[in-house]
Amino acid sequence: MKAEIVIAGFGGQGVISMGKILAYSGLMEDKEVTWLPSYGPEQRGGTANVTVILSDERISSPVLNSYDIVVVLNQQSLDKFESKVKPGGVLIYDSYGIHKPPTRTDISVHRIEATEASIELKNSKTFNMIVLGSMLKVNPIVTIESVLKGLKKTLPERHWHLIPMNEEALKKGMSLIEG
Amino acid sequence: MNDNVTLMKGNEALAMAAIRYGADGYFGYPITPQSEVLEKLEEEMPWETTGMVVLQAESEVASINMVYAGASCGKAVFTSTSSPGFSLMQEGMSYMCASEVPALVINVMRGGPGLGTIHPSQADYFQACKGGGHGDYHPIVLAPASVQEMADFVALGWDLAFKYRCVSMILADGLIGQMMEKVVLPEQRPRRTEEEIRKQCPWAVMGRKDMRPANIITSLELDDDKMEENNHRFQATYREIEKNEVRCELVNTEGCDYLMVAFGSMARIAMKAMELAAEEGIKVGLVRPITLWPFPTKEIKEAAKNVKGILVPEMAAGQLIEDVKLAVECKVPVAHFDRLGGNVPAPEEILNALKNELIK
Repeated sequence: MKAEIVIAGFGGQGVISMGKILAYSGLMEDKEVTWLPSYGPEQRGGTANVTVILSDERISSPVLNSYDIVVVLNQQSLDKFESKVKPGGVLIYDSYGIHKPPTRTDISVHRIEATEASIELKNSKTFNMIVLGSMLKVNPIVTIESVLKGLKKTLPERHWHLIPMNEEALKKGMSLIEG
Repeated sequence: MNDNVTLMKGNEALAMAAIRYGADGYFGYPITPQSEVLEKLEEEMPWETTGMVVLQAESEVASINMVYAGASCGKAVFTSTSSPGFSLMQEGMSYMCASEVPALVINVMRGGPGLGTIHPSQADYFQACKGGGHGDYHPIVLAPASVQEMADFVALGWDLAFKYRCVSMILADGLIGQMMEKVVLPEQRPRRTEEEIRKQCPWAVMGRKDMRPANIITSLELDDDKMEENNHRFQATYREIEKNEVRCELVNTEGCDYLMVAFGSMARIAMKAMELAAEEGIKVGLVRPITLWPFPTKEIKEAAKNVKGILVPEMAAGQLIEDVKLAVECKVPVAHFDRLGGNVPAPEEILNALKNELIK
């Protein structure tokens, strides 16, 4: 098993931390993991992306130019990464603010309304966990249990009460994918 | 899951490994992309557990001279910086090498020259390996290609520095420093006691117990003959290091048609290029120098014996390639590929360079 993933969006959308949670989930399943962030000096407002690779074998390059799964959360990221999905790969995008939707037909494209879903949950901070839930529904590279275990490992104990909220967000995200 | 395995950035793993080694002190000045070293040390507060000193100095010049002083006392001390900061440290590097004190210096390279960018580069290869400061000296230069090696080379670097009374360097780049991977940290070792240091470093300046003859640590010797003698001693040590301490990794070099030589993060990207090449039926091998000095000259010459050409991908405008050409005595075509100024190539770019430059 090997999954080469990029998550891209605005700084502040939780792109980098979504990648981190995914990486820890891979760790919980004893997979090989690389997590490589790419962001400018500005932490908020600019574009940010993170490459995460989960594999059963030793990972060569942490830097990639084509991906199995591309998750994009704004138009700039969609423009940049649509062409970098491997043929037969997966493209997931949040519909909010997208005026030029993807056009490729040789990949599986999933449009989700995660921004609206986070408003429904009355917590915009759950946005990235909703997106992660959708991604794991499309391609269950790690289990939800591993995600929650990973959260428990990374969060200090005083924040553990937030884990059920994150679980709810993950499930909400899964429900956004049909079938 | 193995409880000893954690996910960590390269810079953080390095800081943790230093505490676990039983380091006596860190002196440094923050600079991207290695600031997590100092941040992690401050967060861990080792002064409350092992008694290790962590000090943010007023500059890189101050940092390296604090390391010089600590090392003169036989302490396990280190500093870390990124390219512009390493330039400021060159005087200290030369003085420490001339004084034969063991120290560990880390350069997490970023794009230059000048203040440059904050993104990865390998353009300090010459500066690290060929002596960025004045005079005939060499630090041992270790080039990690993973977060695990960022941790492992801390102990290796110090062990070699104490063994040979020389300076060890870890030459990483922003990519290795900033990326997270799985890592297993070493067990916590106690810091050496004063008695242990006296035994291990009889040359150290730490008070004249029992009125032993005075130890003097200096790089100054105004008598030319004596200074020449010193130089011969340094060179003898370097020859010994060249004989014993060359390290490299060979990947698929057996029966390959083409060879790549790359270090650090570039070696990782080159490995992916190698996988892509294999899918197209092109047999490519890789020599990854782990010690950049001493350089794996013999190993490269051996691996290149039956190849049609060598590609040297580097994030520098032709530095590593000089040593590769010397290693194969220019008997094999050696081509160069680079991305500069903080840009990191995709694996496909390396494969294309291989095809365009060597296969044609």
